[in-house]
Amino acid sequence: MVVVNDNLWTLLEEVKDPEIPVLSVIDLGVVRDIKVDNNKIEVVITPTYSGCPAMNTIESDIRELLENEGFQNIHITTVLSPAWTTDWLTEIGKQKLEKYGIAPPREKSSDKKGLMGEHPLVICPQCKSENTELVSQFGSTACKAHYKCKDCLEPFDYFKCL
Amino acid sequence: MSTKEALFDYVIRQADNCLILGQRLGEWCGHGPVLEQDIAMTNIALDLIGQSRSLYQYAADVEGKGKTEDDLAYLRDVWQFKNLLLVEQPNQDFAYTIARQFYFDNFNFLFYQALTESADEQLKAIAQKSLKEVRYHVKWSSDWILRLGDGTDESHERINRAITDLWSYTGEFFNNNEVDNAMIDAKIGTDLTGLKPKWEQKIGSILEEATLEVPAGEWMQSGGKEGKHSEHLGYILADLQFLQRAYPGAKW
Repeated sequence: MVVVNDNLWTLLEEVKDPEIPVLSVIDLGVVRDIKVDNNKIEVVITPTYSGCPAMNTIESDIRELLENEGFQNIHITTVLSPAWTTDWLTEIGKQKLEKYGIAPPREKSSDKKGLMGEHPLVICPQCKSENTELVSQFGSTACKAHYKCKDCLEPFDYFKCL
Repeated sequence: MSTKEALFDYVIRQADNCLILGQRLGEWCGHGPVLEQDIAMTNIALDLIGQSRSLYQYAADVEGKGKTEDDLAYLRDVWQFKNLLLVEQPNQDFAYTIARQFYFDNFNFLFYQALTESADEQLKAIAQKSLKEVRYHVKWSSDWILRLGDGTDESHERINRAITDLWSYTGEFFNNNEVDNAMIDAKIGTDLTGLKPKWEQKIGSILEEATLEVPAGEWMQSGGKEGKHSEHLGYILADLQFLQRAYPGAKW
């Protein structure tokens, strides 16, 4: 059985980021293209960060899913350009992140305030306070910064702008 | 030297810079002065090793001998590594690690920025990707220069010693060798001498803000790009390559 092209995007929703399992590879904007030609399928993916250790797992999860759907000639291609940016996270993805306890990126990637010493307004995903403070630009994974809330005092991750 | 040979060497050099510095930063894992900074150093190491993977894969493609990124990382000896001497220098204390990172990050940023104009599409793509990550590295190491330089008497003295001791490894950043010249001619690479004033301006302003002075030494070390390394690189490779040397072809 082979699913038609449009449905493949829906199908790949089943592949989750192994480090943030509420997000699918579609929410993340990691899947750039899906090309089907007869029984050959090519999925084009792009890494979030160069060293993201989740990429190998994502690739094998996509392959496994497609094999289970009956595809045999599966090609997964990694492209670096255009470079992934947090702008590619879907709105639904951002909502899922917040619900999961990770503050979603607030700025556009073209807006480099965070690097100019100005901190973005980061809202605590627990109590929704705006009274938060950067602890470190480097958090539990490459894509996250470490923040703390000065009202509820909880530490939390912020999916930082790239 | 053909353009292809020069391109291989050019890509390998940057891959080696990233791998060796990533390996050095990785040595801090579990030993950072505080947890957040331990995590910061290993995050930066991960970015650099990720960049080295893209570069090694590309170098293997350019070479066209059917090698993989792993062959290039694990099965070359010291003289085949073309990294800058700075990145193989030992961690010593936190001040030395910060000084090394500060000098390198600011160079690395300018280098990748220049490569975003490269005529080579793959190198350009790697540079565009990496540049975003390096922005965070520059911010981190620059912040620490400020904090240590403008901190206590002891932190000031120790970071001052580190930036002075490592200064002689920075001259090599800006020397064009025959590989650089071939890459400049092919519009793939950048004229390194042109990056020097920008680098000096950037680090000069941060050091000044940190109440530190730009070291005055004029004599500079060189040789890394030609494969002539300090004694340290052999020890790094002994650690890094042990498994593939002892158990060739071992896989997860």
